[in-house]
Amino acid sequence: MASTQVAVIGAGPGGYAAAFYAADLGMQATLVDEEKNPGGVCLYRGCIPSKALLHVAKVIDEARHASNWGVTFADPKIDVAKLRAFKQGVVDKLTGGVGQVARMRKVAFLQGRATLTGPRSMKIAGANGESDLQFEHCILATGSSPTRIPSLALDSPRMMDSTGGLDLPDVPKTLLVIGGGYIGLELGTVYATLGSKVSVVEMTPGLLPGADRDLVSVLQKRLETLFASIMLNTKVVKVAEDKSGIRVTFEGEVKEKEQVFDRVLVAVGRRPNSKIPGLESTRVKVDQKGFIETDGQRRTAEPTIFAIGDVAGEPMLAHKASHEARVAVEAIAGHKAVFEPAAIPAVVFTDPEIAWAGLTEAEAKAGGREVEVAKFPWGALSRSITVDRPDGLTKLVLEPKTGRVLGVGIVGSGAGELIGEGTLAIEMGASAEDLKLTIHAHPTLSESLMESAEVFFGQSTHVYKPKRK
Amino acid sequence: MIEFRIPELGENVAGGDVTRVLVKLGDTIAREQPVIELETDKATIEVPSSVAGVVKEIKVKQGDKVKVGAVVLTVDDAGGQQAPREEKPPREEKAPEPAQPAPRAQAAEAAPAPRSQPEKVVAMARPQRQQQEPQAPAPAPKDERGPAAPAAPSVRKLAREVGVDINDVQGSGSQGRISQDDVKEHARRILSSVGSSGAEAARGGARSAMAPPLPDFSKWGEVERQAMSNIRRKTAEHLSLAWNTIPHVTQAEKADITSLDALRKKYAADVEKREGKLTVTAILVKVLAAAVKQFPQFNASVDMSSQEIVFKKYVNVGVAVDTDRGLLVPVIRNADQKNIAQIAVEVQQAAVKARDRKLSLEDMSGGGISISNLGGIGGTHFSPIVNWPEVAILGVSRGHMEPVWAGDQFEPRLMLPLSLSYDHRVIDGADAMRFLRWVADALEQPFLLSLHG
Repeated sequence: MASTQVAVIGAGPGGYAAAFYAADLGMQATLVDEEKNPGGVCLYRGCIPSKALLHVAKVIDEARHASNWGVTFADPKIDVAKLRAFKQGVVDKLTGGVGQVARMRKVAFLQGRATLTGPRSMKIAGANGESDLQFEHCILATGSSPTRIPSLALDSPRMMDSTGGLDLPDVPKTLLVIGGGYIGLELGTVYATLGSKVSVVEMTPGLLPGADRDLVSVLQKRLETLFASIMLNTKVVKVAEDKSGIRVTFEGEVKEKEQVFDRVLVAVGRRPNSKIPGLESTRVKVDQKGFIETDGQRRTAEPTIFAIGDVAGEPMLAHKASHEARVAVEAIAGHKAVFEPAAIPAVVFTDPEIAWAGLTEAEAKAGGREVEVAKFPWGALSRSITVDRPDGLTKLVLEPKTGRVLGVGIVGSGAGELIGEGTLAIEMGASAEDLKLTIHAHPTLSESLMESAEVFFGQSTHVYKPKRK
Repeated sequence: MIEFRIPELGENVAGGDVTRVLVKLGDTIAREQPVIELETDKATIEVPSSVAGVVKEIKVKQGDKVKVGAVVLTVDDAGGQQAPREEKPPREEKAPEPAQPAPRAQAAEAAPAPRSQPEKVVAMARPQRQQQEPQAPAPAPKDERGPAAPAAPSVRKLAREVGVDINDVQGSGSQGRISQDDVKEHARRILSSVGSSGAEAARGGARSAMAPPLPDFSKWGEVERQAMSNIRRKTAEHLSLAWNTIPHVTQAEKADITSLDALRKKYAADVEKREGKLTVTAILVKVLAAAVKQFPQFNASVDMSSQEIVFKKYVNVGVAVDTDRGLLVPVIRNADQKNIAQIAVEVQQAAVKARDRKLSLEDMSGGGISISNLGGIGGTHFSPIVNWPEVAILGVSRGHMEPVWAGDQFEPRLMLPLSLSYDHRVIDGADAMRFLRWVADALEQPFLLSLHG
C-alpha cells in the first residue's frame, strides 16, 4: 500500500501551500484534488478569474472616464468569447504553474476524490480506479462552496452562482445580484461595466456587512451610479421562470415587488465543505456551522489530522488558509507554531476597493473598547487627484493612549495594495508615531497612511484639524 | 508510531544530561506531561511531551547526554491500528479499548478553560501534573479584548519557542514594545534566577515550583481558606524568589550599646522636636550607610546572566515596616549624605506612610541593603531573608542587659543582638564577619562613624 508522511486533501491555496511547505521541510507530501492541477476555488473559480475580469472592467471604465480629460474613445465592442479566453488563459497559466512547482518539489499530486478510512488512511477514487494511501498526518483543506438557498433553487440556466457568473455565458441585458457581499458586488461590477443593467438586493440594511460604514458609503456612492438599483432591507421571496426571464418577487423596502431579469446571480455566502467522505471513521469534530473544529495549531480532535482554510473557520480567505497551512505543517514537524495573527487583511476588489485589517471601528464600538480614529480623505491626497479619483479614505483605529495601530481601513482605487503596510503596522505593534516618522514616497497613495497618522497628532500637512487637547 | 524529540529548550541550550526518566514502557502519557528531567548548563528542567499515547520505546536513560532533536521515546497514538500483526479491531470496538481514548480526552478536554483560549505554549517545566491544577486558585484569565502584547510576529515566535508567555515580558521599546532582546532577557532571568523550578516558578515563586499538592486538611478538622491579599502574595512571591536565588548565610553578633543608648535617650527629645524618633533603627541606617562605603560588596547585586557584580555608587537603605497588611520596605535614599536626625525624621515619616497605605512603589524601590528590626517585640537572633536583588540584610533583635566580663568583674551592659544574612555568591564569611564587626564597633564607639564613616 502506498504511504506518505503528509497527505493533503484539497489543493487550494491552503492545501497546496501545505504540501509544498511540508516538502520544503523534508517531508514526503501527497496532494489530493479532483482538478487536474492544484489551485482550488481561488485559482479556478474565485479570486483569480474574478480579478482578471475586474481588470478589464476597470480599463473600460477608465476609457469612458477619459472623456472628462479630453480624450474620447468610441464605445467598447465586447467580444465575450475572447474575454472568456483571456480569463481562462490566466487561470490555466496560474494553475499550470502551481502544478509545475508541485512536480519540482516532488510533491505527489493525485487527481481523484479522497475518502478517509481511518485516522491514518484514505482511499482515492481517480480516473484509473481506486487506490489506498496510508499517511502519518493528514491536512484537510477542502475549502467551501457557494451557499444554496432552497427557496431560490430554480433549475434554469438563467440562475447562476458565483461559479456560473465567472463562466461569463453572455452579457445579459438585466442582471439581479442576490447578496450585497463582496462576491456579489465584484461580479455585479464586472457585468455592469460590460453593459448589463445590474440590480443588487441585500437583506440587511447595508452593503458589505462587517466593513465600517464610512468606508462602504464611499463605495456605495459610486455603485449607485454604476448599478441600476441597490435594494437594501429587501428579501427575495420567490423566483420563477417565464418567457421573458426570471420573475423575482421581493419583500421589504422596494417599490416594485415583482421584477423580471434576464439572469440572476446568487451570491449569498459560502459554506465549508466539511462533509468529507469517511470523516466519521475519525474523531474529527464538526461544529454547528459546519466548520471542522481545530486547536491553535489547526489540529482536529483526531491527533493525526489537521484542518485549514475555509473548512476550518472564518474568515474564508485564501491568505488565511495559506498561513494556516504553514502553522499546521510546522506543528506536524514538531515546531511550536501557533496560528495567532494580529490581523488578517480583507480586500473587496470593487472600484473603489475596500480593504481593512485588524480591529474595525464597528467592532471596537460593539466591544465597548475605547479607540481613537484618525481619518485622511483622499480628496487631500495628491496622488489620487492626479488620477482623478479623490473618492477614497484612509483611517487608522488607534489605541488612544499609546497611539498603537489596532486596525486600518481604506477605501479607494488601490486600497488593496495599500493594506499591506497597515497589516504590517498592526503585526509589528507599530504606533501612529511610527507611521508618521516613516518617510513615504511622494506622490503615492501610501502617503495617506502617514498623513492619517499625522491627523492623530493634529499635524497633518494637508488636512487641518485642531490640536488634540 | 510517533517520536518525541528533545525540543528547543531555550537560548543557547544545546542539550543536557538526563537526570531522571519520568515514564516507563507501557505508560499512557498526555501531551504536556513531563517525561524526562534534564540538567542543562542553566537549569534542571522537566521536559514535557508534545505527543500523547502509549509509550512503546524509551531511547534515553539516566545519565545519558542528549542533544536538542534527539529521540526520547516513541508512542503509539493510533489505538492499536498501527501495531503490526495485531488484527485490526472492528471500528465499534474502539471505544472500549482500554487506556487509549482516556488520556487524549483528558488532554483535550480537561485543559482548564483559561488556558485553552490564547494558545499558551509553555515549553519548559510545567511544574505540576495536570490533574493537580484545579486545586490551585484559578488564575484570572487574561482580558482577551485588550490588545495583545505589542510584539512583532518574529518576536512572538521566539517567545513561543523558548517557552515564554509573551504577555509576561516587559517591553523596553517605546509604548512597551517588546523586542527579541527583551524576550531573551526575560528567559535568561527565569533560567538564572530559579534553578530547577523553571519558567512557571519564576513567575510566581509562591505558586511555586515543586510544591506537592496539599493534603485534604479537613480530614483532621475544620479549616477555612482565605484569599491572599496582594501584599501577602507579592511578599510570598518575592521571598520565594530571594530564597531560591540566593545562597543565604546568617551570622550573629552582639553589640554593646550601653553608651549609645544613653546618648540616644539624651538627644531623643531634640529629635522629637523635628517630629522624628531617635530609634536604634534610625541610627543603624546611618551605621549601615557608612559600613557599605567600607565594604562596597554589601551594596551590590549579582548579575549571573552577564556574570558581573553590579556595585552601586549610591547608598539607599531599606527599612522593613510591619503593617496590618503585611511587610513593607520603604527606602531611605542617600542615607550616607544625611545625618542621624534627618534619617530619624525620614524613617518616622516612612513608617507613618506605610501604615496609612501611602507608600508608592517608588518609595519602596532602589534599596541597596536593608534592616529588619524586630527588637520592639523581642527575640535573641533570627535569620532574615535577603531582600533580592540586594545582597545583605541586617536583622536586629531586642537589646538585653547582660553581665559582661570587664577584666576583673562582670558589668551590666546593654547588648544588642545583630543577625546579618548575606548572599554567599558575592560575600565571603570572613568579609561578612568583618562587616558585622564594623557595624558593632560603630555602635559601641559612635565616634568611629565620624572617624571612618
